[in-house]
Amino acid sequence: MDLQGFGHLLISGAWVTLQLALCSLAVGLIFGLLGATAKVSSSKLLRTMGNSYTLFVRGMPELLLVLTIFFGSSAVLMAVASQFGYDEYIELSPFVAGVIALSIAFGAYATEVFRSALQEIPKGQKEAAVALGMSKTKTFRRVTLPQVWRIALPGLGNLFLVLLKDTALVSVIGLNELMRQTAVAVGYTKEPFTFYLAAACVYLLLTSISMAGLHYLERFANRGYQGARS
Amino acid sequence: MNWDWTVIGQNLPKLMDGALLTLELVFFSGLIGVLLALPLALLRVSQTPWVRVFPYAYIFFFRGTPLLIQIFLVYYGASQFEWIKESALWPILREPYWCAVITFGLHTAAYIAELLRGAIQSIPRGEIEAAKVVGMNYPLMLRRIILPRAFGIMMPSYGNEVILMLKGSALASTITLLDLTGMARTIIARTYTPMEIFLSAGVIYLIISALIIGLFRLLERYFNRHQHWPSEKPKNLDPQLIDKS
Amino acid sequence: MNLKHTLASVAIVAATLAAPFTYAADKVRIATEGAYAPFNFIDESGELKGFDVDIAKALCEKMEADCTLVAQDWDGIIPGLMARKYDAIIASMSITPERSRVVDFSDPYYSNSLIFVAPKKSKFNPEKVSGKSIGAQRATIAGQYLEDKLGSKVSVKLYDTQDNAYLDLASGRLDAIVSDQLPAYDWLRSDAGQAFEFKGEKIDIDDKIGIAVRKGDKLRQKMNKALKEILADGTYDRINAKYFPFSIY
Repeated sequence: MDLQGFGHLLISGAWVTLQLALCSLAVGLIFGLLGATAKVSSSKLLRTMGNSYTLFVRGMPELLLVLTIFFGSSAVLMAVASQFGYDEYIELSPFVAGVIALSIAFGAYATEVFRSALQEIPKGQKEAAVALGMSKTKTFRRVTLPQVWRIALPGLGNLFLVLLKDTALVSVIGLNELMRQTAVAVGYTKEPFTFYLAAACVYLLLTSISMAGLHYLERFANRGYQGARS
Repeated sequence: MNWDWTVIGQNLPKLMDGALLTLELVFFSGLIGVLLALPLALLRVSQTPWVRVFPYAYIFFFRGTPLLIQIFLVYYGASQFEWIKESALWPILREPYWCAVITFGLHTAAYIAELLRGAIQSIPRGEIEAAKVVGMNYPLMLRRIILPRAFGIMMPSYGNEVILMLKGSALASTITLLDLTGMARTIIARTYTPMEIFLSAGVIYLIISALIIGLFRLLERYFNRHQHWPSEKPKNLDPQLIDKS
Repeated sequence: MNLKHTLASVAIVAATLAAPFTYAADKVRIATEGAYAPFNFIDESGELKGFDVDIAKALCEKMEADCTLVAQDWDGIIPGLMARKYDAIIASMSITPERSRVVDFSDPYYSNSLIFVAPKKSKFNPEKVSGKSIGAQRATIAGQYLEDKLGSKVSVKLYDTQDNAYLDLASGRLDAIVSDQLPAYDWLRSDAGQAFEFKGEKIDIDDKIGIAVRKGDKLRQKMNKALKEILADGTYDRINAKYFPFSIY
């Protein structure tokens, strides 16, 4: 495949794609944990909030979400800021808007994964922790959380692969990630097939590396179980 | 920020036009998807290793790359080659509508094939063995036992896949189609009311997904009706055989 | 990023850092984008070049100001002005009501107009467009013109980027595109644009390009005065002729 010297453009784009995916993963995990905690909480208000979050976001196209956050955020942010007496023009950069949109989408699906993981932990363990005199936060940190990670990992791994591909949508709002850099190269060379195929290969490479990494993480998370199961 | 209800009211008919195109795209691509997924899944469960290579590569490619790349490969990529432009395919490929339907169909086929493979492999062995014992050949067994059972098993996850395709169909707007998202973007370029129009479009997507979920509940009932046998009265039986007690 | 680019950024950073320590009559920091050939771009030696840049330099000479040019990404170009990173933007910015709310504009220093572009071998006639497929970039003035003026007669195709519209013009899916005249002129001179040409006369849409300064800044009056001078003494025409064989004022 002859990339006519545009290879470095694809590499720099892939680097931005990777940063975008990892930032969205970090923020999205927080959204997911918050969403799941809200969904299993005893407060009806929190449960409703959690449920409407997942319902709305999972029914809305990711592209629409990216566009709404990028083009709509200025109006909302300026309205909020003017309440505090700040009347300047505010705009989110495509990167920030992309991270927000992708992590909201990731968070909605992660909420479900975390929720079912939380419910899979036997009640007896919590009771045992109470009997040992552990506080609620300590129980969550020492008993619940470490196990939630293990149970949720395969589900989260799949979601990360989806996220990695969804980063391409952020090209539509002008972030110079892999997809957009490819479009730039196409603009110069007029060889769309060659370059989009090359970009597809880069995505496949990223996906494969992530899959290998996830496999390793899962083995690591399950190390306490391997002996008993085999 | 002033929420503008009138701009929503004025543009609702346009958004509905867009929604109609979205539904069309999802329907046709779903049809192509199932038709393609069938041979893919059957090759994928084959006993011969080299037969499994093609469906595996196909599924790996379409599940491992962004849909946006795939749609650009078909739409812009096809026009790189003169021989395509001179071939009989060009009248189809020059239309963004068909490019979208083809791409979405190829894309969703990869996912459906995986669902179908999982379903086929989870059919209880006994049922296959029973079919062999009564002397069914492979095509008959496929038609009478394997496929009906597999469709029943995969129906709930297939519903999810259709919802994902519905969301993915928003990418049609990147190749000039005026689907629900494309229509919303076009309206906003003039009215500068992104929040109102995008959120209205979001609500319409939500309603469409609710309808799809409802439809699949019905389909699920139909394919798995043998599991609900008490609710069905054996109407066509000889009346004398019906237990009156 | 190659070495040239790195050198360019180093030079720009160095220039920006050095600026506060050079005392002259008047210090003016001017931002441009550097990615909009032929108006502003960074050449192989890492220097800012182009029509905007030449105009900026001519204006500074007339104002007898000590000017520094910086490259700034388009997205952050207005916020940067307001945050006092620089004092003026000369970057082919259209004067729009939305922008006028946050910045002040000088008198226009050139006008943008629209024009049809189609393959040389095609008999496309802007007078007879009914039933044709015509493209433009989404959310641009060209796109709005297409929808408002021709929407009922032609099949309108809107693209996310200008490059995608060009691709579809080349593939034959489009009969013509409507585009900003001046960037299109540049594209027609590139290798990719050889098979295409302007069709019909340019379409005046009253899109004026101005210099942006902070609200209430007196720099605006100085810029306007200098602009009048370069228009009067032929400096403007000389710069114009360097880039376009027709007047763009």
